[in-house]
Amino acid sequence: MSDLTRLTATEIAGLVATGETSAVEVTRAHLDRIAAVDDRVHAFLHVDTDGALAAARAVDERRAAGEELGPLAGVPVAVKDVLTTKGVPTTVGSKILEGWRPPYDATIVQRLREAGTVMLGKTNMDEFAMGSSTEYSAYGPTRNPWDTDRIPGGSGGGSAAALAAYEAPLSIGSDTGGSIRQPGAVTGTVGAKPTYGGTSRYGLVAFSSSLDTPGPCARTVLDAALLHQVIGGHDPRDSTSIPAPVPDVVAAAKLGATGDLTGVKLGIVSEFTGEGAEPGVLAAFRESVDTLAKLGAEIVEVSCPHFRYALPAYYLIAPSECSSNLARFDGVRFGLRVGDDGNRSLEEVMSLTREAGFGAEVKRRIMIGTYALSSGYYDAYYGQAQKVRTLITRDFTAAFERVDALISPTTPFVAFPLGARTSDPYQMYLADLFTIPTNLYGGPGISVPCGLSDGLPVGLQVMAPTMADDRMYRVAAALESVVGTFTPPAL
Amino acid sequence: MAAISREEVAHLARLSRLAVTEEELDTFAGQLDVILQSVAQVGEVAAADIPPTSHSVPLTNVLREDVVVPGLTPQEALSGAPDADQQRFRVPRILDEDVAS
Repeated sequence: MSDLTRLTATEIAGLVATGETSAVEVTRAHLDRIAAVDDRVHAFLHVDTDGALAAARAVDERRAAGEELGPLAGVPVAVKDVLTTKGVPTTVGSKILEGWRPPYDATIVQRLREAGTVMLGKTNMDEFAMGSSTEYSAYGPTRNPWDTDRIPGGSGGGSAAALAAYEAPLSIGSDTGGSIRQPGAVTGTVGAKPTYGGTSRYGLVAFSSSLDTPGPCARTVLDAALLHQVIGGHDPRDSTSIPAPVPDVVAAAKLGATGDLTGVKLGIVSEFTGEGAEPGVLAAFRESVDTLAKLGAEIVEVSCPHFRYALPAYYLIAPSECSSNLARFDGVRFGLRVGDDGNRSLEEVMSLTREAGFGAEVKRRIMIGTYALSSGYYDAYYGQAQKVRTLITRDFTAAFERVDALISPTTPFVAFPLGARTSDPYQMYLADLFTIPTNLYGGPGISVPCGLSDGLPVGLQVMAPTMADDRMYRVAAALESVVGTFTPPAL
Repeated sequence: MAAISREEVAHLARLSRLAVTEEELDTFAGQLDVILQSVAQVGEVAAADIPPTSHSVPLTNVLREDVVVPGLTPQEALSGAPDADQQRFRVPRILDEDVAS
């Protein structure tokens, strides 16, 4: 048997379904790989060896009993530590939840279990998903398998690095401002942010509730689509969940893989191809645009004039929502409690607990949000940002009257060295320059590897209208059918 | 001119229930100033008559049937509590001693 960790999820599921290999064999191969390389990558915060093997055995037993298995049965998956997993530690990359074992599963985790996927463990992330490099994890950074002196992106650097290091064929991320797509781009993997409301937030530890969107990560577009199909769809336990079927993203990925984009009109966001992006990123992007045109797509330039205000609007809206959401970490119902000596008041204990439990970036965002929501500043900051959000949405709506989907580089720059941007928080924010507009609009976006710049991966982003997630899969799969997948140097 | 003073950051920290240190105040004051000056760019947009967007999904008043569904047991709900007593979350004192007596 060839190395099981090098296979796609589609290939693994096929081998398990026909009995050429077992889910237990597949799971052991991935656990062995994690044991061999994760001390250098640090993609995982927790590896659930026993739980994974038990889930794999259950799949093998169901197959032996003649039960029909789902399209991803027996396939290992790594889950970002932002989703609650019953009885399995969930930290959100924060000390404030160290040791917490949730009493319930997130809806997405429940759907993964029902589909017969095998959860290997929980992946590293910037604390509370606030960051673009995974360096803000309270448990130490994840390293990029392409170059372990460089960042794997963030906040979902663990979920992306686990794929690139062949520790898992599939993973789950969450995307508030780019936390699925940007790590996908800089690790040479595929990351998809579904339409907001297309995937359930029940059991997703909230950062910015109007933006947070869990979604699939994989090494191929088809694998991402299969995972999207399994986790997506209406959830009555999330009142912002859209009560409509998931677009047929799997069919769209298969259609795209035929390499025919005849009749598809793509718009290049002109604001994202000028200054601000590295020459190597732009070169890889331009080459991909030529490829898409050769596949039959019609390419036009589209201007979205308010996109330049997306970053400042986002860094008012997201911190405002976070300052409210993170009030629940009060040292009462779960997690850390510091300084409860019998004399201190609840308020003193709360302040000491939050001071000890939160890292610097989380504190900065809570304070920025508190500022933006303060009376006297509300209209000029939070209120104005919400109006800019309307204008950005109108830019998208106008663009989608002319084109089927928008394309841009996913990130302005390739993976940067660890430590390069931690001293200046705003420099870190720039990593999400091209991904944030989609979150404010609420539509879907995907990053697909499109080339290399100085030996490091570059991603192309496809943005589609709300609830037209299938379109982005078609375009991404078409590009992948030409440029292929990207394999990092041996670790 | 600075967008925010060290004293204002100390006030924000109090509102945010963060017992920050003096060193942190020095660091945060500079960093929050850079961030606030950058995000203030939203003010350049003429948007007086533009309605705000709080949410991208046009759903309002999502209702469901009022039926009993399985929930957490008291033991499960308290399983992550730093302190619990008689099936309740135990909290530090809320009132001052002299007020409470």
